[in-house]
Amino acid sequence: MSGGVDSSVVAGLLQRRGQRIVGLTMQLWNQRRLPELVPEGGATGRCCSLDDVYDARHVAQHLGIPYYVVNFESGFEEQVVKPFIDDYLAGRTPIPCTLCNNFIKFDQFLDLASGVGASRIATGHYARIGFDDASGRYQMSRGADHSKDQTYFLFGLKQEQLARTDFPLGGYTKPQVRELARELGLPVAAKPDSQEICFVPNGDYAAFIDAYFRERGIAPEKTQGEIRDTNGRVLGEHTGVHHFTVGQRRGLRVAAGEPLYVIATEPASQRVIVGRDEDLLRAKLSAKDMNWISIAPGTVTAGAPIRAQVKIRNRHLAAEATVYPIGNNDATRIEIHFDEPQRAVTPGQAAVLYDGELVLGGGWIE
Amino acid sequence: MRRFYFDHNATTPVSQPVLEVLVSALLEVPGNASSIHQDGQLAKQRLEAARREMAALLGCEPKELVFTSGGTEADNLAILGSVQANGSPHKHVITTAIEHPAVLNPCRELERTGMDVTYVRPASDGLIDPDDIRRALKPETMLVSVMHANNETGTLQPIAEISALAHEAGALMHSDGVQAAGKIPVDVEALGVDLYSISGHKFYAPKGIGALYVKNGTKLRPIQFGGKHERERRPGTENVPSAVAMEKAAAFARDTLPIETARLEALRDRLETGILARVPDSGVNGAGERTPNTTNIYFDGLEGEALVISLDLKGFAVSSGSACSSGAVEPSHVLLAMGLAPERARASLRFSLGASNNAEQVDALIDAVVQSAAQLRKLSPTYTSA
Repeated sequence: MSGGVDSSVVAGLLQRRGQRIVGLTMQLWNQRRLPELVPEGGATGRCCSLDDVYDARHVAQHLGIPYYVVNFESGFEEQVVKPFIDDYLAGRTPIPCTLCNNFIKFDQFLDLASGVGASRIATGHYARIGFDDASGRYQMSRGADHSKDQTYFLFGLKQEQLARTDFPLGGYTKPQVRELARELGLPVAAKPDSQEICFVPNGDYAAFIDAYFRERGIAPEKTQGEIRDTNGRVLGEHTGVHHFTVGQRRGLRVAAGEPLYVIATEPASQRVIVGRDEDLLRAKLSAKDMNWISIAPGTVTAGAPIRAQVKIRNRHLAAEATVYPIGNNDATRIEIHFDEPQRAVTPGQAAVLYDGELVLGGGWIE
Repeated sequence: MRRFYFDHNATTPVSQPVLEVLVSALLEVPGNASSIHQDGQLAKQRLEAARREMAALLGCEPKELVFTSGGTEADNLAILGSVQANGSPHKHVITTAIEHPAVLNPCRELERTGMDVTYVRPASDGLIDPDDIRRALKPETMLVSVMHANNETGTLQPIAEISALAHEAGALMHSDGVQAAGKIPVDVEALGVDLYSISGHKFYAPKGIGALYVKNGTKLRPIQFGGKHERERRPGTENVPSAVAMEKAAAFARDTLPIETARLEALRDRLETGILARVPDSGVNGAGERTPNTTNIYFDGLEGEALVISLDLKGFAVSSGSACSSGAVEPSHVLLAMGLAPERARASLRFSLGASNNAEQVDALIDAVVQSAAQLRKLSPTYTSA
């Protein structure tokens, strides 16, 4: 229970169905840290803020269910925040929500829930889980509300995790969920949706990284470097590759006759390469650490490539592609050939494969 | 579901005799103890009668007792009030790393205003070595503050010995007695302290009342400003009903102490022995003399937080670590200061017994702990049974 509308409605729905439930809120980040990032007047809508815990507790009281706040701060820092920073410094654009899902929420948190006697966990994600008798696999499909679909962040879930998880909102649209919240009389029915990365205020991840280093007393190695075009011409200077992500246009501060975009970041040389919009187009990509959900890992073989629609970032319209395995090891690495070249393939983001509504699996773009 | 309460060091329920005194005072003594009319005089009489009784219980004179809103205020008044009254050129305070936040945080506040504070660490058994206090004392030391009984382990500190050392060095001696009063006999004269804090709700009085013993002649400035109540040491309309209730609770504790001590000690030992015999890789944190009702036990390979939740859902109230502002659990600073590995500190639970507990409840708790610990360890990535 985050204190938001979605997870509050989940609690209300399960209770209405007569399930015995326990409300849990994960304390992931100490909001007193990095105070320089908190805007004047205080932060709102950030994860683990006292206001959100207050709301979650209020909902639990309204429903009359046991409720606890559980501390995952150290796991979150080690397995989400640090890799998030490392990725940016290595020129990748990470997805902390997926790391949190893979290593905290559907791992340590799920274990804690089982440990205290819960047979399953339920969350407010917009996604659906089903069981396919023919293949004996749990399958995942997109939430009915495509504008809220969160399967892009859930591609890492394993069969044993899906077996113990419920997404009760998967069949609802957001307006329906708000209506349910009112119907259930929940005190958070009118609360605005949360946005962005929960531990990064105002979405300014570069300021977060800088502040984190200051707090740790670590001076990052030289981060400033050159901005070059695709022909190697030096166009300007920048203050660190972690300020840039592939496809970015704002914040380059170089003058050119046409709009320039980040094509790549090269952490080894601390170079940011910029170019024209069409320089961002790529016809193929490779992805590693594939997790296969709705089909068995052995389904994709060199002799039998599959067709899929592939999302390369959350707000990307899934693009038609053919998927080939790399090597011969249950397709843990794959190559994706798009029918039409795609803009801004970004290392560190995920490639998630769909067959219509079904989530086939996903991996990390190399 | 029946609920069994094993968290009496956090707070205790108001007992029936105390409740009756409280309600009758609320009904029959409505006056302001500072008013000159008869309604006020009645309130003043009841307040001073309560003060006399409390003083007799603690072995001090009535005028040496200041009523406060509780233990936290008593600790703040003792530390900040005595430092402000005796400040320069004495710029040094000694306390310990295992104090309650009500002592640690006023000390941190003193550091922010330029004072030097030494935090003496305990040995691995939880005991403060008086020699460490002796070594920390300096000519400019003005206050030594060491708790009488620890809230998490129950360990009793050698207060009389430390008081003597502090006085030899010309420093004042404060002891936070919040976890001692009502559980063990307390005689402030025998302890030799200048300042001693107590809190009513730890011994079956209501929340919101406590007291600070201030030895005659000890200079103390108020830390809040208002009227001339409590000999100009603590302003605010006197909480007569709660003071009367606290006195009743203290008297009840004194009268039942020998019997209740033996009873709680036997129950605590039954709990400890039962758990240690049936849960592998568990053990007691701390050693030496303890309050009779407290034990702190580690369960290697699991999270104390999860064990608390699991037991709560089975109907047993116990505690682990300390709650941060959201309500999540942080590992105990007391256990960390004793040198426990962070994993073991997080895997530790405090059980504190009280009036409502009996052998049947203890046995039920042991069964629940055995079951919950096994369940949690089954899922623990770090636990492999020996």
